[in-house]
Amino acid sequence: MNSDGVNGGGTSRERVLGRVRRALADVPRDERPEDHPVTRDYLRVHGERTPAESLDLLAENLADYRAHVHRVDAPGLPALLARLLAERGARRVVVPAGLPRAWLQDAPVDMLSDTPALTPSELDRVDSVVTGCALAIAETGTLVLDAGPGQGRRALTLVPDHHLCVVRAADQVVDSVPQALERLAPAAARPLTWVSGPSATSDIELDRVEGVHGPRTLEVILVTGDPRSG
Amino acid sequence: MSRDGARAPRGGAGFPQGGATYLGMPAFPQAADAATRDGRLRANLRHATHTIRAKRARAVAELDDWARLREAGAAIKDRTLRHLDHHLVRLEEAVTRAGGTVHWAADAAEANRIVTDLVRATGEHEVVKVKSMATQEIGLNEALAEAGIRAYETDLAELIVQLGDDLPSHILVPAIHRNRGEIRDIFRDRMASWGRPAPEGLTDRPAELAEAARQHLREKFLRAKVGVSGANFMVAETGTLVVVESEGNGRMCLTLPETLISVVGIEKTVPTWRDLEVFLQLLPRSSTAERMNPYTSMWTGTADGDGPRVFHLVLLDNGRTDTLADEVGRQALRCIRCSACLNVCPVYERAGGHAYGSPYPGPIGAILTPQLRGLSSPLEESLPYASSLCGACFEVCPVAIDIPEVLVHLRERVAEGGEVTVRGTRTVIRPAKGHATERAAMRAARWAFDHPGALRRGQRILARTRRLQPRRLPGPGRAWTDTRELPAVPAESFRDWWARTRGGTA
Ligand code: SF4
Repeated sequence: MNSDGVNGGGTSRERVLGRVRRALADVPRDERPEDHPVTRDYLRVHGERTPAESLDLLAENLADYRAHVHRVDAPGLPALLARLLAERGARRVVVPAGLPRAWLQDAPVDMLSDTPALTPSELDRVDSVVTGCALAIAETGTLVLDAGPGQGRRALTLVPDHHLCVVRAADQVVDSVPQALERLAPAAARPLTWVSGPSATSDIELDRVEGVHGPRTLEVILVTGDPRSG
Repeated sequence: MSRDGARAPRGGAGFPQGGATYLGMPAFPQAADAATRDGRLRANLRHATHTIRAKRARAVAELDDWARLREAGAAIKDRTLRHLDHHLVRLEEAVTRAGGTVHWAADAAEANRIVTDLVRATGEHEVVKVKSMATQEIGLNEALAEAGIRAYETDLAELIVQLGDDLPSHILVPAIHRNRGEIRDIFRDRMASWGRPAPEGLTDRPAELAEAARQHLREKFLRAKVGVSGANFMVAETGTLVVVESEGNGRMCLTLPETLISVVGIEKTVPTWRDLEVFLQLLPRSSTAERMNPYTSMWTGTADGDGPRVFHLVLLDNGRTDTLADEVGRQALRCIRCSACLNVCPVYERAGGHAYGSPYPGPIGAILTPQLRGLSSPLEESLPYASSLCGACFEVCPVAIDIPEVLVHLRERVAEGGEVTVRGTRTVIRPAKGHATERAAMRAARWAFDHPGALRRGQRILARTRRLQPRRLPGPGRAWTDTRELPAVPAESFRDWWARTRGGTA
């Protein structure tokens, strides 16, 4: 199949590019793509904050979007995860490769490893998913997952109804969207998912309803200290 | 309602039709006239637009560099458009390198043919769809239906529209014209013929309605093999596509199927990864008035073991290069479809989205539709008059599109004719036959005089854009200005002068 629509003497690719070039007859011939000025005098960060203040802002903005926010130090993480899973009555929990198994050592749950054999229908029968993240953005209350270790396939944080996401306060919190994109640039080739609060809709008379298709409940755990050691 | 007089949606293969048939719609004045007499529609619209408007203002006020972000957003889009050929070629290279296949479509028919062939090649007879204006614009669902392929809309509002055999009326909240009782009835009556029926005893509580949609759509997501999407941005440098959404239906369609087909207008390109830092701040706050929308998905070609194994990108022209050829009208291609201009437009608020006869309603529709399709019928000719020129749309636009300037420019084209580009060829069009535009212009004038607030703002913008005003009046005034120079618009309106000098309220 040649879907580039050869007709009228030339491919559609040539036709569209030719039309673009003719349409731009007013652009000086010696102007180069990067010549037209873009002034980037907007702010890299809105306001000045200490790391502790950034963490507070992140917690506040996450909660504002109806995520449940918990704070804990690294040694307390397994107990907290065990409690949160128990509160939901979660028995089948899926975990991505690279997530420290010690995090779930206190939780009496069936741990399913993420493998390609786990189909969407099987994921639909899982109670909860526990992941890390690539980073979190304080000013917007956003978690970013980049399919790195401990984050898994995109389907993992999409199909189960309950998502617990662990954020390392020490090195995963940035202040702003520009800072986040700068840090993510090397990961651009990987699939990225930005999450700000649980799935929501305002399509019915603008009443906000949580949980249409993504997880209905998002719990974010902000951990101080290094949860990878010990 | 405004669909009166519209051609009945084409039937095909016994499918319930999501009738995105805008062709044959009545011109704006007739459609608006019908809509403004619909009290419930107007109440729904008013509630919705005023709510979003107030929230948006608060979200924007949080960023004290908003004006600079807006300037940068406009400049990045202008930079892209001035060398669009270069960026498109780079984009194609990057997507191909990442394992995707790029197709080019000069018009709607070609895009539909490409997508239909791609779906057929998978052997599937149904696809799940992310809300996408580009696919509405080309009538993809109808084209697929003719080929025996069912396209399921998965955005909640689009689902309401599709089940109700209706047309979207707002960019962001396409079912804004429906209230909860109507939605309950649509779900109860129609869900069964599209898949899982609505639960027994469904009430009109929004949470219950959303749950019914979740159940109805989930069975489709879990079995779908082909997904169809648009995109909000495409990064030429990296080949990354970006989809911004709230519900997670987008993530479902982009992630679970084996094949993903994205149909995207060529103007959605941005040159660099870094450019996203501007648009990911401008878009959510202008659109849903949130700091960030619940979900943003970015993907670059295909990824091993994660998401679709096959990715096709269809780059759509369909009148965009004709728009690009107009040096005044070109700025309409900066649009990031945030819908902020709809929510502040006094004409949209009264007329509703259907009156614009295209997937692009409101002020942006009034300048985009006539440019994409050409000033080819009474509908397109009347759209540049579907405005009071109050300027509110320009003020809220996150990429600073001077909509009033383009409206005035297009009115001049309608009234006086002149050079335009149609399907890539320069042509001279003749002035429109008086009637449609005359009626539209008179209706707009009558409406504005009934609404002193809008008129006042309109006069302000007239003063501000004095150098852009044609020296001859368009439409009904043309004969009069044939023998006279149109008096210059005063720098300050009488009302403003009175308010300033007498201290009254303007
Ligand atoms: S014209 Fe501007 S305000 Fe209107 S939808 Fe486009 S970007 Fe938003």
